[in-house]
Amino acid sequence: MGEDSESPKINHSFLRDYVTEADVISTVEFNQTGDLLATGDKGGRVVIFQRETESKDESEELGESGEYNVYSTFQSHEPDFDYLKSLEIEEKINKIRWLPQQNAAHFLLSTNDKTIKLWKVSERDKRPEGYNLKDEEGRIKDISTVTSLRVPVLKPTDLMVEVRPRRIFANGHTYHVNSISVNSDGETYLSADDLRINMWHLDITDRSFNIVDIKPANMEDLTEVITAAEFHPQHCHLFVYSSSKGTLRLCDMRESALCDKHSKIFEEPEDPGNRSFFSEIISSVSDVKFSHSGRYLLTRDYLTVKVWDLNMEKGPVETYQVHEYLRSKLCSLYENDCIFDKFECVWNSTDSVIMTGAYNSFFRMFDRETGRGVTLESWRESSKPRAVLRTRRIYTGGRRRRGDVGVDSLDFTKKILHMAWHPAENIIAIAATNNLYIFQDRVNAENLKT
Amino acid sequence: MFSKGTKRKFSDGGEEISDESLLGARVASSYSLQRQSLLDMSLIKLQLCHMLVEPNLCRSVLIANTVRQIQEEMTHDGSWHMVTEAFCSAGQSPSERLVATEVLCRSREQDAEPKLFSVISYEGCREEEVVADETLCSVSVSDTVSNVCLAGRMGQCWEKSELSGVERDEEALEDSRLGSGEDEEIDTEDGASTESPKTIGQVFGTFEIKNGSPGPDSALEELFSDVDTSYYDLDTMLTGMQSAPKMGPYDLLDSLAPSHSSPSIVSTPNCRSDLNELDHIMEIIVGS
Repeated sequence: MGEDSESPKINHSFLRDYVTEADVISTVEFNQTGDLLATGDKGGRVVIFQRETESKDESEELGESGEYNVYSTFQSHEPDFDYLKSLEIEEKINKIRWLPQQNAAHFLLSTNDKTIKLWKVSERDKRPEGYNLKDEEGRIKDISTVTSLRVPVLKPTDLMVEVRPRRIFANGHTYHVNSISVNSDGETYLSADDLRINMWHLDITDRSFNIVDIKPANMEDLTEVITAAEFHPQHCHLFVYSSSKGTLRLCDMRESALCDKHSKIFEEPEDPGNRSFFSEIISSVSDVKFSHSGRYLLTRDYLTVKVWDLNMEKGPVETYQVHEYLRSKLCSLYENDCIFDKFECVWNSTDSVIMTGAYNSFFRMFDRETGRGVTLESWRESSKPRAVLRTRRIYTGGRRRRGDVGVDSLDFTKKILHMAWHPAENIIAIAATNNLYIFQDRVNAENLKT
Repeated sequence: MFSKGTKRKFSDGGEEISDESLLGARVASSYSLQRQSLLDMSLIKLQLCHMLVEPNLCRSVLIANTVRQIQEEMTHDGSWHMVTEAFCSAGQSPSERLVATEVLCRSREQDAEPKLFSVISYEGCREEEVVADETLCSVSVSDTVSNVCLAGRMGQCWEKSELSGVERDEEALEDSRLGSGEDEEIDTEDGASTESPKTIGQVFGTFEIKNGSPGPDSALEELFSDVDTSYYDLDTMLTGMQSAPKMGPYDLLDSLAPSHSSPSIVSTPNCRSDLNELDHIMEIIVGS
């Protein structure tokens, strides 16, 4: 499945051997057409890549597609300071979500811990020339020199990409914003922090509507927080949110204004055989995604990815082990805090393949039809541009093949937390620390089975 | 997971060594050692917060739940009983913390020692490096002693009872008790440890807008009455600054390491930052 992908690699860090904290990519997102790819980093910057359109002159193999090049870079959020609490507000971009395109401009929402911003990305490749009252440099002309009138014409210029903040949605959250999700109605979006979910109208910045509040009256009773939230892709009244206790709650906004009471709760009963002190921590859901069809949910907890059917609440319909070999290492992972890492998960365009990240620069893809999973690596040293991606194996016992990686030699600092899948094609974007890897599948559609 | 170079006594106090195989007993005690180590690790994690950036709430909640779970299990086992006894026998509140800690330290003979709490936390976030450098359990006694002396010399606003919580064995504890004599000179806050919870609360109260003395502050309180101070409560709670003594994961935090709360969030020297906070607030009021 992944074996025949080619991999053009894009590294937008200028200092190749030195990773600055600010360059660490913290979110990746394709827009609805897949032509634009946005990344946000810890330094509050957003970099937008655009796919080059194919040249019609070159002979094209089936599936030949353009590369992604930098389209625009801008500073979305600045470091801030909360004076009342004497604490910094990080400028790290937690999430980026594109709005569906309605005109020539593109809009995206980016958020840090506290503030959500709506950015307008527009192109300018023409400028008017031939003003009557101004000369070419913009200086006002002397009226006496104007002898005739002319109509200014638009002349092409070098492409200029302008990014402007159009809305700033501030002061909506006391706790850290972990998710934003644009509604299918095209007018509203939700933002979720640890204890609350707010719904905003894209045009109104001074007010938001609180739709979920799980804050207990006494904070000492707090045992559960919200970890992710998303609107249903088709039904504008439905949304789901996940919690640190491993539950998913589907809420219907038609039922009541405050959706503290869920319509459905998805929870898998605990396996008593696997119980340990870390059971709750590893059951915490780090990401939840609706399938494109809207029928399924994909969740990621520490050791597995699970597919849930919206019609069945008592448990997932599919469970895939991402790195079960870490189960015996949970104590060490608790010690070094890796157990709290929040991995994302994504669907492919047809909902037949799911993908998530792991450690040691590995990421995993699971084919839902066959149930098989592969391990792939995104690491500069082992992959050259246009090289074929090889599958990797973790050695956990039995016959050891050459190239297998032992569990104890895994590098837990190289974690693949953020990723995105093109909405229509088999193109994936993987964020590995400060590097962005884009892998494209060049295989004929018929040859996808391996 | 376990530290190097610390004495570990084989726990045979509360456990029955009957006709069962020694292996069974060893497994049981190794389990309780592991559990204790996990508990210690969790408590340290709860205390270590970044100095300038808000701690991750999800992580804190998950760790607190783990602590609670261990505590529940220990209660069922009966090993928690000893800890609660220590509290009950503490008697007067004056040196409640001191005594409780002392008793806890003694009762640890048969269990793993609370070696993790020898880190004095007024170094703020630098603590994290100390803990991360070595294995979690191996901060040496000598460091503790020198830290205690340093605390005495610096003469901060900390209550001495705070510092008492960090002792690992009775020797170091005695040093701190000697040190507590020096602390009586400090009058900025209420020096007596009788009022330690309240005092620490005051010290920590810079984050609690509502925690002001009546008078000029009542206007302040009114102004800020709609400010959501619940997060400050969480700070307070997570860092063990509860005034009501009831057994919970946060009380364990309280008893074993009462000092570590404040510095992990408030930088030293604390008195000066109090005034800065007040200045800030006054500027905001006057400015509007």
